[in-house]
Amino acid sequence: MNRDRPRREFLKGLGTLGAAAALPAAAARTGERPGDGHDHSAPVSVASIESTTLLFLTRAEADFVDAALSCFIPSDDLGPGAREAGVTFFIDRQLHGAWGAMARGYRLGPWPEGTPQQGYQSPLTPREVYRTAIREIDALCETKYRKRFADLPQPQQEALLKTLDAGELTLESVSGTLFMNLLWTNTQEGFFADPVYGGNHDKAGWRLVGFPGVAAAYTDHVERHGQPYDVEPVGIDDMLGRAVELDEHGHPVHRKLARSR
Amino acid sequence: MATIRRKSADVVVVGVGVAGSILAKELADAGLKVVGLERGPHRDVSDFPMPYTHDELRYARRHELMQDLSRETITFRNTSSETALPMREFGSFVMGDGLGGAGLHWDGMTWRFLPWDFETRSRSVARYGASIFPADCTSQDWGITYDELEPHYDRFEQVYAVGGKVGNLKGEIQPGGNPFEGPRARAYPNPPTKTTHAGALFGQAAHSLGYKPFPVPSGNSTRPYTNPYGASLGACVYCGYCGRFGCEMNAKASPQTAVLPTLLGHRNFELRTLTNVIRVNLDSKGRRATGVTYVDARGRLVEQPAEIVLLTSYVFGNVRLMLLSGIGQPYDPGSFKGVVGRNYSYQHYSVVTLFFEDRLFNQFMGAGALGVAIDEYNGDNFDHSKLGFIGGGVIWTTSQGVRPIAYHPVPQGTPKWGSTWKAAAARYFNRSFNISSQGGVQSYRGNCLDLDATYRDSYGLPLLRMTFDFHENEHKMSAYLNDRAKELAAVVKPSKTNVTLLNGKYGIVRYQSTHNTGGAIMGADPATSAVNKYSQSWDVPNVFVLGASAFPQNSGYNPTGTVGALSYWTADAIKSRYVKNPGLLT
Repeated sequence: MNRDRPRREFLKGLGTLGAAAALPAAAARTGERPGDGHDHSAPVSVASIESTTLLFLTRAEADFVDAALSCFIPSDDLGPGAREAGVTFFIDRQLHGAWGAMARGYRLGPWPEGTPQQGYQSPLTPREVYRTAIREIDALCETKYRKRFADLPQPQQEALLKTLDAGELTLESVSGTLFMNLLWTNTQEGFFADPVYGGNHDKAGWRLVGFPGVAAAYTDHVERHGQPYDVEPVGIDDMLGRAVELDEHGHPVHRKLARSR
Repeated sequence: MATIRRKSADVVVVGVGVAGSILAKELADAGLKVVGLERGPHRDVSDFPMPYTHDELRYARRHELMQDLSRETITFRNTSSETALPMREFGSFVMGDGLGGAGLHWDGMTWRFLPWDFETRSRSVARYGASIFPADCTSQDWGITYDELEPHYDRFEQVYAVGGKVGNLKGEIQPGGNPFEGPRARAYPNPPTKTTHAGALFGQAAHSLGYKPFPVPSGNSTRPYTNPYGASLGACVYCGYCGRFGCEMNAKASPQTAVLPTLLGHRNFELRTLTNVIRVNLDSKGRRATGVTYVDARGRLVEQPAEIVLLTSYVFGNVRLMLLSGIGQPYDPGSFKGVVGRNYSYQHYSVVTLFFEDRLFNQFMGAGALGVAIDEYNGDNFDHSKLGFIGGGVIWTTSQGVRPIAYHPVPQGTPKWGSTWKAAAARYFNRSFNISSQGGVQSYRGNCLDLDATYRDSYGLPLLRMTFDFHENEHKMSAYLNDRAKELAAVVKPSKTNVTLLNGKYGIVRYQSTHNTGGAIMGADPATSAVNKYSQSWDVPNVFVLGASAFPQNSGYNPTGTVGALSYWTADAIKSRYVKNPGLLT
């Protein structure tokens, strides 16, 4: 991912293309050109192009997350992976915000470990779990391989993530399984949540599975059994940007795609 | 801290959700001065505008409409030999918070319980003998019958715009409806929901096996509708953002859409939000409530005197307030004495996921209460004499609107992540659906609620402690229903199936059901129930405790229809009898 080019500078360049620049958000983020086989013809509002500044993760932590995301949901023939869809930024923002601080979770002690049936009992907030686990995993990698996790070859990264997930690698301060649960859960959230949260760029996750996003009125189509519903997915920002036609109740009128998935 | 004392009310309602709004409306209409106290924020339809309400992360993952667990949660353990630990994040169930309560974030399935559900103990003993019940099973009769509740179910269905197909009209079985339902005096006020592809296939499979499939009764209004209170509901557009969400169409029946429009602004009703009741105040003998004390949004202690106190919170709030206030004897599973906290119960489910290579289901379209069900294996609708368990549940296919964070099933054996996982998630999101069972859990001596000795809420008060595990009876019941679900699935001929069975201990991590029940149960005997058939405290008769906390054991159905019916039944009893002659209703 190209991070050497700050967003503002990029937007300045975009300005000359006009407000309705038909450059999708993922391409804007990565600096790539469209042409990955997906339909990018929908107008994208400039407002939907998120900042690529990290709010919580350090650059090194973001490298770790980038590497893990490429193992979890890789970029391939089917489309962009989690990293290319901006999920690192989704995770960064989630950790920075209320969820990362466990603001609406119960945080008082004592903290005995408990049984698996009793769920999350770590005294650490998700934010602290990420920071602690990444540091300890990187330290292990440095000791064993003289490299950070992010610099290992991908097969080695994959093997290490599996070991952590299976609870076969013990970290000092936090359960490796707990961290992997968080990381994998957040990856799926970021890949499939509305793009306003920083991931799912250009609705890569929604395009992958065929989810239309913000729903239209399905009153008629719900009874067209077995008929495809291939439409350009709609995000919250598209609605605010007036890039999408609305029906009388404010639902988007989905634009049909020419081809079937 | 000085306590502010407010002007006395006839009735104070603690929690303005499904039960609280109905009681408040009925009693205000009857001329009583009612104060509604709601600990969460005010919410109305304008809080759920398009497109913001179609946001899976915000509402379904970050639980915007749910209780703030940093302020109050429950503690949990499987058995009394363990140390209960706090539920630090949501998992197995999600408690609502704010005006409308669970009635705002529910899906809308609006059932009537089976006649057997109300007379579980006596009907089963009569049919099979007492040995059909496991030794430590404490399931019992409710002290009320289906026939007594029938007019009140009807009233709730009319107010909540319920759509469905009648199955038993005054004793005559009707084609297309549920032949096992108790007799009803009239049909539903609205037609059933539309049928999805998944529902149609399930229906055909059920017919081919000799079952009688029927549409799930729906509180998602199927057409524009004006209810008996004069509140207007819109028509559902099958957008699929229902359970956990507010409805932008005004189509999902809720306190907001069905009751509050004519309650807020009522001259006999005053609503105070952000008021957290911490205690019901009793007289010196502990036999009469004098009102409640709450903490307001500025942190002030406020006393609200009242002649009648209605506890209408969620199950946990009702039971906890009784325990914090000393209403009724706390239940002790060791001595098997006491009543408050007794018979906490739940539901037990199983799932068969069907995968197809060539069929599209578009399961992101739907409605919270959209489903096709069979009832052949619910309650005592089938012969249990050789099965080794009691009870049952519904088997159904629902189309409630799948969303991709929570729903992207892959066939068993698919790697947990990576390119193979990605390809499977892409392939099957739109080419899969579930046939599942939702079974009632019987009550047991050891499953109960009490106050935790260690963990506190943000006011320093003890959290409610849940001690709960599944028993062999429920594992057998679910396995049996799951076998039937597998037979139905086989008729549909999927290319692959996944089976999810909850075999082991109950855990609070994985979402299962927000159909928690019991703890302040109804009964005919004060030695084994906290409230009588009118949901009235045996010990403090000017306190009524409404909601699923009154269910002595759980049904295979969703609870809200019965919560609504019990609310109307109690409202009638208070209006027509209690007010004229306050005291224990008999």
